[in-house]
Amino acid sequence: MLSYLSKRLLLALVTLVLVSFIVFLASDVLPGDVGRTILGNFATQAQVHALDVKLGLDHPLLDRYWIWVSHFVRGDWGTSYTLQVPVFGLVMRHFLNSLILGAFALVLIVPVSIAFGVLAATHHDRPIDKAISVTGMSMLALPEFVTGIVVLVLFSIVVHWFPVSSSVPVFSLPSIVRNLFLPALPEMVLIFGYVSRMARAGTVEALNAGYTRTAVLKGLPRHRIMLRHVLRNSLLPTITVVAVQAGYLVGSLIVVETIFNYPGIGNLIYTAATNHDQPVLQAAVFLVALVYTVTNLMADMLYAVFNPRVRLAS
Amino acid sequence: MSELTTADDVLSVSDLSISYRRRARAMRVVSDVNFTIRRGEAYGLVGESGCGKSTIAMAVMAYLADNAQIDSGSIRLLGDEVIGARAADLRDWRASRVAMVYQDPGSSLNPTMRVGRQLAEVYRYHDHVTWDKANAAALSMFERVQFADPRKILERYPHELSGGQQQRVMIAMALAANPALLILDEPTTGLDATVEAEILDLVEELLRDIGTAALFISHNLAIVSRLCDRVGVLYAGRLAEEGPATEVLRTPRHPYSIGLLNSIPHWGATKDHLRLLPIPGDPPAIGQIPSGCAFAGRCAIAQDACLTAPPVLAPCEGAHSLSACLRRDEPAALAEVAAKNMVADGPGPVATPVRISREAVVEVTDVVKRFSTHGTTLTAVSDLSLTLHQGEILGLVGESGSGKTTLARTIAGLYRADGGSVAVGGAVERSRRERASYLQMVFQNPDTALNAKFRVARLLGRSVKRLNPGLSADERHAKVIDIARSVKLLESHLDLLPGALSGGLKQRVAIGRAFTGDPKVVVLDEPASALDVSVQATILNLLVDLQREHGLAYLFISHDLSVVRYLSDRIAVMYLGELVEVGPAEVQVSPPHHPYTEVLLSANAAAIAAGRPRIRLRGPSPSLANPPSGCRFHTRCPRSLGDLCRDVVPPMQNAGEGHQYRCHIDPTTLAGLQSSRPEAS
Repeated sequence: MLSYLSKRLLLALVTLVLVSFIVFLASDVLPGDVGRTILGNFATQAQVHALDVKLGLDHPLLDRYWIWVSHFVRGDWGTSYTLQVPVFGLVMRHFLNSLILGAFALVLIVPVSIAFGVLAATHHDRPIDKAISVTGMSMLALPEFVTGIVVLVLFSIVVHWFPVSSSVPVFSLPSIVRNLFLPALPEMVLIFGYVSRMARAGTVEALNAGYTRTAVLKGLPRHRIMLRHVLRNSLLPTITVVAVQAGYLVGSLIVVETIFNYPGIGNLIYTAATNHDQPVLQAAVFLVALVYTVTNLMADMLYAVFNPRVRLAS
Repeated sequence: MSELTTADDVLSVSDLSISYRRRARAMRVVSDVNFTIRRGEAYGLVGESGCGKSTIAMAVMAYLADNAQIDSGSIRLLGDEVIGARAADLRDWRASRVAMVYQDPGSSLNPTMRVGRQLAEVYRYHDHVTWDKANAAALSMFERVQFADPRKILERYPHELSGGQQQRVMIAMALAANPALLILDEPTTGLDATVEAEILDLVEELLRDIGTAALFISHNLAIVSRLCDRVGVLYAGRLAEEGPATEVLRTPRHPYSIGLLNSIPHWGATKDHLRLLPIPGDPPAIGQIPSGCAFAGRCAIAQDACLTAPPVLAPCEGAHSLSACLRRDEPAALAEVAAKNMVADGPGPVATPVRISREAVVEVTDVVKRFSTHGTTLTAVSDLSLTLHQGEILGLVGESGSGKTTLARTIAGLYRADGGSVAVGGAVERSRRERASYLQMVFQNPDTALNAKFRVARLLGRSVKRLNPGLSADERHAKVIDIARSVKLLESHLDLLPGALSGGLKQRVAIGRAFTGDPKVVVLDEPASALDVSVQATILNLLVDLQREHGLAYLFISHDLSVVRYLSDRIAVMYLGELVEVGPAEVQVSPPHHPYTEVLLSANAAAIAAGRPRIRLRGPSPSLANPPSGCRFHTRCPRSLGDLCRDVVPPMQNAGEGHQYRCHIDPTTLAGLQSSRPEAS
């Protein structure tokens, strides 16, 4: 277990170093000149150059990367070019908002998806199963920019149930639902597709497994068979999918947050990219990558905790 | 309880017929089966794969597949009808009236649950006791199935146990709620011979002590004859014969039972004196059972009446058994079966054996093969030297993990030796093509050895082309047909995909493929062990014929000692990567032999059935990563001398006639020890 974990941890670290470099490189070679973008079209070339020097943009790439990384790990994420505020606070505020939105979507849809997946499996190849499977598959095929616009038009413009533009809710149920439900919906549709499919596949396999036959023929009550023998094994792979989806969710918020103008990290990345706000862009993208890596690591760890084969491997 | 059955009947199955629905078509798999098992009785249900024996077992457990339907009949368990019983009743009866031990213990245990808990569950939910009491009961049950350290086993997960230990857990679980009937479905298939013998000892002992009745499902007649009081022989879903085990297995009254018994090499038989007699033809396909006797098409003594009259079990004259054969009371006719089968199989009973020359076709010298995984190194084969002579069949035996397959693959060039050398046809370094035309290999599982997307003609043709580069297309085609004929494939088989062939036919294709380049040596890794006995007999006969025809040498690997003894001129025995004994087959089965060979011989089911004394292995199998010091076998050896064996690597003892074994005990002393009846353990 320890060697398994240390191996995973090491892999995660390597991933992060690579990602940090790619993020740095990508935002560095982004088309457009930073000095020009900040100073506007009327500044002289000399002024632009002076600003570039001031920002350290004339140093070699690796030097700049090193400076950026060493500052970054100390929490010094620089100052936003366009907003002139410290990047750390800005990114964290938006990140927190995204977490609220993401958590809302996950908490609502994961139990539902698992429940439907298991229901489909217990009715394998019968109409209920077919209905759930087909629904899940079609949901998988719907990208969030399609569902996002459809629900926006439908619920905010046609029937006016929800606001066109969402903001961060205050801590009360009506406010949470009013502000988060619509932006969360496109994500939930996707997650339902993935998670219910996985839960169904795992459960179908477990129901046909030899150990389930043993449990049934031991004369155990149905609830014991389902909970301890079937679900305990069938939901193992689902754990990984949920965790990966959680990471993916944060990344895919860009589209949804932009559509609903929700002040989350996705929205921030979009704005920073269009404004060539390099420090913000780097920090935000790297943070998303970090979340992705951490959730994957958590998935591996959870899998190990629940799977004795991994846990007890020396 | 109903009044219809006697109180003594634990299970009574009457007129049971079961079908499987496939694409809206019902296919009959079990027809009009009748049998009863009385209290404390062990009943064996034998038959080849697809005969319906597992379907009957699952029907008794009321756990048939979704597409199965019971067309008629009744299954009474302690007098109560199982078919159509309420779910609550079934839940109540399972474990406490009837319990089951399955073929594959590894997949029958929940991988995420400690085995102690899985056993305790039975007490928790059947006796409604607290978990503490259930755990205590589990501990004492583990003691009963003779775990060396039951307390430790309780805490283990299935993957931490060996196959034999897993099966012990399954047996403990099955007996936990004191069932009146225990169903054992091929419980030792897939286990090593020594482990199999231990498990069967345990089952025998427990059945006797507890007085539980047993339904024992097996294709292995030797095991059935050892354990069962009565036997039912199933063919194509019908009982062909049933009665006391001693009668059915010694004086069978149905041509099918006779065929089955003639197919297995009995203890002591060798290829030079006896030809196996497989049953000609194939069993009817599922759902295509003819109206008359299903066996008539393969039967040497079938009459016109057999094709029309549906067979009915009826008492045999002068016996306690029932047979469905119309000619059950004609001893002369039954005696004809063997003779006629012989004609159907081909050449005379014993063709001239091949002359074995001194010329070495494979020379293995001090070969070492290591595998490294996760930082640990296993030495699968250590310092092994072995010679295979031209025209000789060398049998290679040993438990799983003894390194026999690794050795075979190293000889075949699939692995590169880490030390020592393998000379094939006198040369150590050979190109792959040279080696392939000199030496070929046949694997255990033709399903994975043959490309499922290629038709038989192409499978053979590719090999012909590669190994005979000079041939024209016409010559190649002629050669393919020639090879197909030599392995007794029909020309119509050439156009089929492997998936359309039966297991036996697939293995013939694999064998034919190995012979395309006219090799001098063929390495056969368990070529017949996954096959039904009569198919196995056909394959073994075919191998003997081919060997004689071409004067080849075989390295024949098998875990079945009866088969190895039947086929081999010499036998080599491996233990933990070392060669512990090698010698002429005849010499080796009589003392002196290496103590490990002694254990293997005594664990052989056929040998046990023949009344040989049993010697048991002590302790668990040591790990290859950390082999014992001194003699590798000393931790389990029934003849261990103590410190000497623990500390000093034993020398090779020479017992004459090329018979060598690795032991501290000299041949005379060892022969003395082994001839006297060993103390019962």
